[in-house]
Amino acid sequence: MTAPHVARSVPASTSSPATRVLGGLTLSGLALLLGYALVWSPADVAQKDAVRLMYVHVPTAIVAFGACFLTTLASAMWLRRRSEGWWVLGGAAAEVGLVFTAICLLTGSIWGRPTWGTYWDWDPRITSTTLLFILLVGFLALRRIDDEAGDASQRGMRGAIVGLLLLPNVMIVHYSVDWWRSLHQTATITRLDPTIEGTMLFTLMLGIVVFGLLFAWLLVHRFRLGWLEERAGASGLDQAIVERRAEAGVAVATGGPA
Amino acid sequence: MFRDAGLIAGKDLRVELRSRVTTQQVAPFAILVLILFGVALDPDRGILTRASSGLFWVAVLFCSLLAIQRAFTIEAADGGRDALRLSGLDPAGIFLGKAAAIFVQLAALEMVLALGVVIMYGTEITGVPLLAATCLAATAGLSAAGTLYGVLAAGLRVRETLLPILLLPVLAPVLIGGTKAFEAALGGVAADGWPWCGLLATFALLYTTFGTLAFGPLLEEP
Repeated sequence: MTAPHVARSVPASTSSPATRVLGGLTLSGLALLLGYALVWSPADVAQKDAVRLMYVHVPTAIVAFGACFLTTLASAMWLRRRSEGWWVLGGAAAEVGLVFTAICLLTGSIWGRPTWGTYWDWDPRITSTTLLFILLVGFLALRRIDDEAGDASQRGMRGAIVGLLLLPNVMIVHYSVDWWRSLHQTATITRLDPTIEGTMLFTLMLGIVVFGLLFAWLLVHRFRLGWLEERAGASGLDQAIVERRAEAGVAVATGGPA
Repeated sequence: MFRDAGLIAGKDLRVELRSRVTTQQVAPFAILVLILFGVALDPDRGILTRASSGLFWVAVLFCSLLAIQRAFTIEAADGGRDALRLSGLDPAGIFLGKAAAIFVQLAALEMVLALGVVIMYGTEITGVPLLAATCLAATAGLSAAGTLYGVLAAGLRVRETLLPILLLPVLAPVLIGGTKAFEAALGGVAADGWPWCGLLATFALLYTTFGTLAFGPLLEEP
């Protein structure tokens, strides 16, 4: 009875012509990046072939921090507007950001083994990225509880406050860890090494663009999936109300307890 | 605001004084953590003495989790949270009061822990002004951030497991700053420790400000 209603209001897919174009662009970009990273760019004098991991590692790190910014922005906007869209966006950005943070840590660890001779070092960036990973895990765990709480009108302030604090926390942690380990090498990511040039620089830039596209692509799909979840939850509630009313109506008609 | 804060802090501390949870459960736990570190790390090689600053602050962090959980458990019974909401007290005052009560308890626990570190780890106390300033700033930060995240997790079925994962990464700067400042006071050059003390004070100020602003809406949460 309610099936046609659900089918009309809820599209069955999260893709659209625009996301198909975005997806096509991302996939061809990844193929191109693969070619540049593995074949056309030279091996580094000091790092040898391990440098090729940088073309994944550095872009994922940048995108992960961008995702944190987006989560905090979406949480702030939710606090202002209380609209469903910002809520879903905050969760989607944090979730995709978590995946990128994990990839960043993993590739960094694999890169560290041949270059530094160890999988793990108490480098400021490793430490603060790991703490960022845990901050995101905690944020998503809290949101899950708020999501279970039901519809948007009852939605928790908790998730929004923790989301709002995400970026400041990441920054405080980052600077204090940086200061703590200031004896180690300084950041080479933000200040591109002048020795990185030509094909290597181009490959790195290409990597940043391609992973940015990948993030946008995944984010749009995750956002739409979240939106559909909301709709499904809301339509489930509507249906339940209709059913209860029908039952009550029958009960009244037969003279039973309402 | 400050009158309300005084009322709330007084109430929380009276509850603690009568229930004796801090003195009979949290303080022994703090000492237990010190003993466990002693057993886990080789006591003969001097590791404990060298690492005492870090171990002290890790123990404080663990104790602060217990103190924060406790501060909101007492509100959970008999609809205390609803009563707070209906009391007409300024939410900012409630935040400051609860944070102040946690501050007092943590400061007392730090005294106990410091005594434990001196006796059991053989640490010699030097640079007292820096140590005291660090304790004050770090404890203010712990109490403010802890109260904010404590009310976030309070009332949830999973609060015991959720609070540590939310709060401990946020408190990482306190651990770093406290440890560095203590190391400077105890063995190094005291001048190296003061900037860390400044970091701790900034952290405390940030979280106190944010908590004062955000506590009202959070308390309204069902």
